[in-house]
Amino acid sequence: MIHARDLRKSFTDKAGHVVEAVRGIDIDVRRGEAFGFLGPNGAGKSSTMRMIAAVSPVSGGELRILGRDPAEHGPAIRSRLGVCPQEDTLDNELNVFDNLYIYGRYFGIPKREVRERAEELLEFVQLTDKRSAKVEGLSGGMKRRLTIARSLINRPEILLLDEPTTGLDPQARHILWDRLFRLKQQGVTLVITTHYMDEAEQLCDRLVVMDRGVIAAEGSPLELIRAHSTREVSELRFPVGDHEATAEKVADLGERVEVLPDRILVYSDDGEHVLEQVHDRGLRPIATLVRRSTLEDVFLRLTGRTLVD
Amino acid sequence: MSAPAVPAGSPLRPWEGTRLLVLRNYVTYRRQWKLFATGFLEPVFYLFSIGIGVGKLIHAFELNGHSIPYAEFVAPGMLAASAFNGALLDSTFNVFFKLKYEKLYDQMLATPLTTSDVARGEIIWGQLRGASYSVAFLLVMWALGLVHSWWAVLALPATLLIGFAFSAVCMGLTTWMTSWQDFEKITLVQLPMFLFSGTFFPVSRFHGVLRWVVECTPLYRGVVLCRELTTGALSWESGVSVVYLVVMGLIGLVVVRRRLDILLLT
Repeated sequence: MIHARDLRKSFTDKAGHVVEAVRGIDIDVRRGEAFGFLGPNGAGKSSTMRMIAAVSPVSGGELRILGRDPAEHGPAIRSRLGVCPQEDTLDNELNVFDNLYIYGRYFGIPKREVRERAEELLEFVQLTDKRSAKVEGLSGGMKRRLTIARSLINRPEILLLDEPTTGLDPQARHILWDRLFRLKQQGVTLVITTHYMDEAEQLCDRLVVMDRGVIAAEGSPLELIRAHSTREVSELRFPVGDHEATAEKVADLGERVEVLPDRILVYSDDGEHVLEQVHDRGLRPIATLVRRSTLEDVFLRLTGRTLVD
Repeated sequence: MSAPAVPAGSPLRPWEGTRLLVLRNYVTYRRQWKLFATGFLEPVFYLFSIGIGVGKLIHAFELNGHSIPYAEFVAPGMLAASAFNGALLDSTFNVFFKLKYEKLYDQMLATPLTTSDVARGEIIWGQLRGASYSVAFLLVMWALGLVHSWWAVLALPATLLIGFAFSAVCMGLTTWMTSWQDFEKITLVQLPMFLFSGTFFPVSRFHGVLRWVVECTPLYRGVVLCRELTTGALSWESGVSVVYLVVMGLIGLVVVRRRLDILLLT
């Protein structure tokens, strides 16, 4: 569905400097899978998404979407894509229903068919009772759902979601995830960017970890955790300023130790055993926690930085 | 690699995207038809206050060797100026709002629509709105007995030409604007153009270089063209005005398209 080789994107900023947002990435997205781009802000995720959406010219390398070159077949490719941008770009001068209707017409879909699809989609995103409401009065979660509904009006083969749940409350996120699961079941290929590990673990079959414009790792969430982290993590919190010094005393307890400003992470296959040994050595952390490894740990390992600052 | 899964062409017919953008604007205005009334009333108020009110104080008026009442002189000026003011409003404030705040064009370009559709659609929509004002104003002129020639029918396309020329150029200029303060510059040009383009008094009041400058401004060409048509006094200068406005509009259109490409398809 999406095929990229040595894909690059660079901009010239206001000061005249050339900024390389994407510095040579290879991607292959297969039909029906949920593919994720995980990375912190500025990693190049959104630039990549805009190129895939056929609205941003490629600076270098090769890109094929649905087998076509976006530089030559932009309108044809866009007619088969659904795009849910990071910021809601709803039409505030139109009501909820007309947002779907007019947007559908932009794809050349006949009037009657657009009306039917718009009604179905309002049902799908649970906004039927807001049919004639103004867009401005909707909550953040409702706007997001309307944006998703809008991106589905042309029955896309690929749905591009750029940070779909950023800024939403937990309840709204779960409604959205549920809808995305259903779409995946219907065979829609999902391409998602996110900086939330839980979202990536929940939604993505396969993902790439991006950092500073390149791909740091690739695989399923579980594969990535297995390959780049241990089974468990022991988190140790000591008084402020003690972490660097204490880390040396526990360095041999796990396969690896990470020192964060507020805690020490010890990576091992048995977290409880690590805690016992810490206590045996006479160390008394203020707080402790044993948990499974997550994609956050993978990211930390690969880049030495946390995902969300 | 698998064979291409999508047909090569756009699903839209040529110009269909442009029509759809006009449809979108029509749907938004359908619920705000009162806005239409204000656009129509502005030139009518000017006509009554200055053309007829102030006109009472002025007796004979020479134009191209004929003597005409002042109201007949001012009315075509107002016709041209309202097309000018309407085009300016639509292509600066409205376009800036849609471009920078609403991000409206970003959502459109995620569909098969192109930047050409956006440029053409916005300009055509502005002209449709302007045309309805022009028709209404021409009818008022006719009812007041200010029209004496069948050439006046061509004043309608003339106002569309004025609107097209200014819409295209001003939409182009708007793409360079970064904040609302930049619009002060537009007002700085708009007001003197409105007052001194032969709208309220003949250009023969100016002398030397100043007169030459006024005669070269686009609104002056539009005002004179409308006046020649409503009074039936056509000359070779009418042709100059038409060519001037067409060229101005086409240049604007090319600039707008290029600028939208640069701004939105980065």
